[in-house]
Amino acid sequence: MAAGIKDKVAILGMGCSKFGERWDAGPEELMVEAYLEAMQDAGIEPTQIDAAWFSTHIDETGTGKGGTPMSLALRLPNIAVTRVENFCAGGSEALRGAVYAVASGAADIAIALGVEKLKDTGYGGLPVGNAGTLIPQWAPSGSAPGNFAQLASAYRAKHGVSKEDLKRAIAHVSVKSHANGAKNPKAHLRNAVTEEQVMNAPMIAEPLGLFDCCGVSDGAAAAIVTTPEIARALGKKDIVTVKAMQLAVSNGLESQHNSWDGSYFHTARIAAKKAYAEAGIQRPREEVSMMEVHDCFSITELVTMEDLFISPEGHAVKDVMNGFYDSDGKVPCQIDGGLKCFGHPIGASGLRMAYEMYLQLQGRAGERQLAAPKIGLTHNLGGAPASNVCSVTIIGALGA
Amino acid sequence: MAQQSIGLTAFGGYIPRLRLQRKAVAQANAWIAPNFLGKGKGERSMANWDEDAVTMAVEAARDLLGPDDDRSHVDALFFGSTTMPFKDRLNAGIISAALTLEETVRAVDVASTQRAGTSALLQALTAVKAGEAKHALVVAADHRKARAASAQELDFGDGAAAVSVGTENVIAKYLGGASLTVDFVDHFRGSTEEFDYNWEERWIRDEGFSKIVPRAVKAALANAGVKAEEIKHFILPCAFGDKFVQQLAKKSGIAPEAARDTLAANCGETGAAHSLVMLVHALQKDAKPGEKVLVLHFGGGCDALVFETTDKLSSQSDKRGIVGSLANRKEESNYLKFLTFNGLIEWEQGMRAEQDKKTALTTLYRNEDMLMGLVGGRCTETGVVQFPRSRISVNPNNHTVDTQEPYKFAERKAKILSWSADFLSASMNPPNHYGMVVFDEGGRIMMDFTDVEQGTVDSGMEVKLVFRIKDFDEKRGFRRYFWKAVPILKEQAKSQAAE
Repeated sequence: MAAGIKDKVAILGMGCSKFGERWDAGPEELMVEAYLEAMQDAGIEPTQIDAAWFSTHIDETGTGKGGTPMSLALRLPNIAVTRVENFCAGGSEALRGAVYAVASGAADIAIALGVEKLKDTGYGGLPVGNAGTLIPQWAPSGSAPGNFAQLASAYRAKHGVSKEDLKRAIAHVSVKSHANGAKNPKAHLRNAVTEEQVMNAPMIAEPLGLFDCCGVSDGAAAAIVTTPEIARALGKKDIVTVKAMQLAVSNGLESQHNSWDGSYFHTARIAAKKAYAEAGIQRPREEVSMMEVHDCFSITELVTMEDLFISPEGHAVKDVMNGFYDSDGKVPCQIDGGLKCFGHPIGASGLRMAYEMYLQLQGRAGERQLAAPKIGLTHNLGGAPASNVCSVTIIGALGA
Repeated sequence: MAQQSIGLTAFGGYIPRLRLQRKAVAQANAWIAPNFLGKGKGERSMANWDEDAVTMAVEAARDLLGPDDDRSHVDALFFGSTTMPFKDRLNAGIISAALTLEETVRAVDVASTQRAGTSALLQALTAVKAGEAKHALVVAADHRKARAASAQELDFGDGAAAVSVGTENVIAKYLGGASLTVDFVDHFRGSTEEFDYNWEERWIRDEGFSKIVPRAVKAALANAGVKAEEIKHFILPCAFGDKFVQQLAKKSGIAPEAARDTLAANCGETGAAHSLVMLVHALQKDAKPGEKVLVLHFGGGCDALVFETTDKLSSQSDKRGIVGSLANRKEESNYLKFLTFNGLIEWEQGMRAEQDKKTALTTLYRNEDMLMGLVGGRCTETGVVQFPRSRISVNPNNHTVDTQEPYKFAERKAKILSWSADFLSASMNPPNHYGMVVFDEGGRIMMDFTDVEQGTVDSGMEVKLVFRIKDFDEKRGFRRYFWKAVPILKEQAKSQAAE
């Protein structure tokens, strides 16, 4: 097995724009907002950046294709800009590219930036698009909530959970994220809600109601990475390093082979196992201090607790209801509000997750600061349960 | 060589399950058309939004062919309809592809007249008689369109029927027939028009039906060598009521009680399909071996065919046919839904519906058996089946390369693994149901559901597969087809198992 990425790369600085319905800002303004914060945090000049990785998903209605939108918006010094796209996990992919560049020695300092401008479509939810010329001829004319909602029917069938019990558990997932988001000034949705409100909200895709779905937001996030040595040389203390970066991608098993039961993410389990091995984590339930997972829908977060081996299989409902993942629980999850409330600008989300872990590890998370977290995990999905990409990244204090 | 007996060898039928309540239509339109209040009785069949003449024909043909998906014996296909979805693209070719017939099949569209169904049947009989076909399949279907608040809207129905023609296991021998060709324009539909233009009913009744039909009957009986009084079942689609049909039979010397129910009360007139719909209904319901059947269809003259049933008739007892289709019904009292499904109302579908539904015809052809016939792959080494077929097998333990043979899914048993009812995605009939369908013998497909009873779907439910319209490309006048899953309610599943 490869030696892995653990402690080879440090985060020098990060930035994140305010997420939300940013009627005031186009993709350029969002990028600049995240970039300037990251640059100030890193304390470097643009000429010190060797290479850039740029994530954006929906180029038709959003930012455009290629590396130029980022280079133009930030007036980068004609350095390499690689545009990456991996559904909703693009932000993590940009970070992976930048981290690998630094780890390889090809770059001393690299930047990863993700952006999405979703609120120029004229309607709610994600924009609809065609996936090539074959898939639209046979795949259901569905939506993201309709695809993810199917986890619920399969989970209920597998674990014998009643409709009502599961609906309440996923409601609690959202209630917790709303409570967290209310404390985050950069979050899209900042209102606390009750379980009853969540359960009685209009149905979007059975059994997911309005509050079971994450915010569709504009936003950008950025990370500047370097080696721990350079970080130290630049005067950084409390250095945060990357412990693991894994990505697992479906190969058709879930959608075409009857060994998958539809109730979990096949890829997430593979990525999680590899990430724990890379980071040297043996008992994730005890060792992971906090998580930002891909809670595009409440049911996604619930099953993910098992896919990351934090809750034993079939026990996520119980852990959720017991507050295990609440801000005062054993493993706080979505402490910044998550996709649910911080918002979900597709190409930026993976970096937004890392941003929160980074702030928490440095003790800079303000009102929502946790007590001395050591290890943070981000889980960033793209696609749908039956066919997806899943990224698991672990970051922590250098030496942790 | 002894004279071979040629005739019908099997039948099938399909009536969409929705039944529009005429009372709802008559009452909604009473302010503008109070004269139709008296017609506000009974129900008519109503196609779902994703059905057309082609999809209904496929269903009727599948009923005829049964669950055995080896259809290599079918060597001719005649499709009769006046509501074919394509003016220039062989509609029978779509049906053939959906049924996975051999490419050597002779497929023909028969159109432009209400007697297109009987004319298709006559062509099949001629082909078999000439020895050019051994097993000819005849399907007739119509998805009828009429203006809102018209009499036709109440009289019409949607549906399909299928019969096969051959020389073995004949269930109804063909004794002879006749066709009269008269350019009697009771109605017409110009090539650029969506709706019929109708002349006065009394003239159609008195100068048309009353005079032309008896002449066709006389000629057919003479050609068949059958006496009028021998006719036990007199089949004539006609919107002037059962009493008038009885009088017409009597006029030809046929017992009035031989006149078949025109299914006006519970189905409506299914256009070019209707004579065959009534024939299948008669063969299923009342016909006994050794009875003579006269099938007529009026339109630009009249077709008349005489058959004699045989003791092989019981071979068709497992068919859904028309009797079974009529029993599988769901009342629909929402007239606006009917108008919407038939494109008679401009409604707000939302921006999500603006998505371009352009079909890459190259891609369609490259994947023709997959998209039209629901054909996947089976690994000849491991036996693992999958959809779609691929060069490298999905089998997780052994990704064999280039080992797959075509494998048909359409007639296999399947269940729902996961599903949702989606209110967000654009749909002609929200919420849009879809999910993962898992086949008992292996393989799975994430697919749209249709004919769904909202609130009844759950994991583990059985489904059957149907060929339906996937999307309309309004910009280019194209429509694409694919297969969908129909969840079977528990009571239905039980009664089917008992059968």
